[in-house]
Amino acid sequence: MRVGVACSRVRVEEKLIFQALRGRDISFERIDPRRVVWDLDGGGLEGIDVVLVRCLGHTRAYYLTRWLEGVGVPVVSSHRTVATCGDKLLTSAVLEEAGVPTPRTVAAFSPGAALEAIESMGYPVVLKPVHGSWGRLLARVNDRDAAEALLEHKSTLGGFLHGSVFYIQEYVDKPGRDIRVMVVGDEVAYAIYRQSPHWITNTARGGEPLPCPITPEIDRLSRAAARAVGGGIVAVDLVESADGRLLVVEVNHTPEFHGAAKVAETDIAGRIVDYVLEVARRGR
Amino acid sequence: MLTVECPECAATVELPADVEVGEILVCPDCGVELEVVGLEPVAVDLAPEVEEDWGE
Repeated sequence: MRVGVACSRVRVEEKLIFQALRGRDISFERIDPRRVVWDLDGGGLEGIDVVLVRCLGHTRAYYLTRWLEGVGVPVVSSHRTVATCGDKLLTSAVLEEAGVPTPRTVAAFSPGAALEAIESMGYPVVLKPVHGSWGRLLARVNDRDAAEALLEHKSTLGGFLHGSVFYIQEYVDKPGRDIRVMVVGDEVAYAIYRQSPHWITNTARGGEPLPCPITPEIDRLSRAAARAVGGGIVAVDLVESADGRLLVVEVNHTPEFHGAAKVAETDIAGRIVDYVLEVARRGR
Repeated sequence: MLTVECPECAATVELPADVEVGEILVCPDCGVELEVVGLEPVAVDLAPEVEEDWGE
């Protein structure tokens, strides 16, 4: 058994994954996507039984997963999962189709249509880039003045993606925290609260990880969301609405877990590695 | 203890015992991010800037 781990930056997460591989006596190699020339016929992948994709860059993960699947190398997570999770609009579409509850979401493709949609939804709303992570470029829009300014800035300065696709979501007045759940295969590995006085609760933005019990509803919704995007190893973000609903906000491929590792009661890297080995055993 | 010279400010940067190629270190003097690009011998280079599509 030989495992490839595709990553450029080696973060705490990758070090823990390497340790888990070493602890299981599994031979592995780090595949740096910046330094490898990928041959469409699969050359250079001889002897690799499975690849765990831990790329920081979505674009690299997007193409790499498609390539590996094309040449018959099992990959975690799948191209479908990476492609869906990397695009918030596609994620919303599959969650809706799967009947997973989410905040009300609309999309528009011009500033005029976006303003109309925001006005009919009512303030506040949240504007998000369809691509992006770590809570970057999220905007809470409290009134029409802010909406007009943001839409004009995005369409003028935002370039092709930010200026032409407007993803608009109901603002959920959550109780100073959200819930981050990692799903590995069809099992919930852990759930944590991310507590923050700011409305953006990402750990990357200072959200504090705290233990969260895996209730039957968290378990059911998180696994349903993971299945909807294509499965593999994903992190599902949930929010608790003021009227007691639990809503899935987004699903992330290649989740970070250095914050969760401090409070979760499971060996996260070990669960990831065991799942990757299971995928490899299912075979090429 | 493994040490390396910061390519930005020439300060001495200490490496952790379990250092891996690809790991990012921060120079304690100038604050620049350094990527470990080799272990035998130890070598670092300026780490790439965060790109827009980086994340989870």
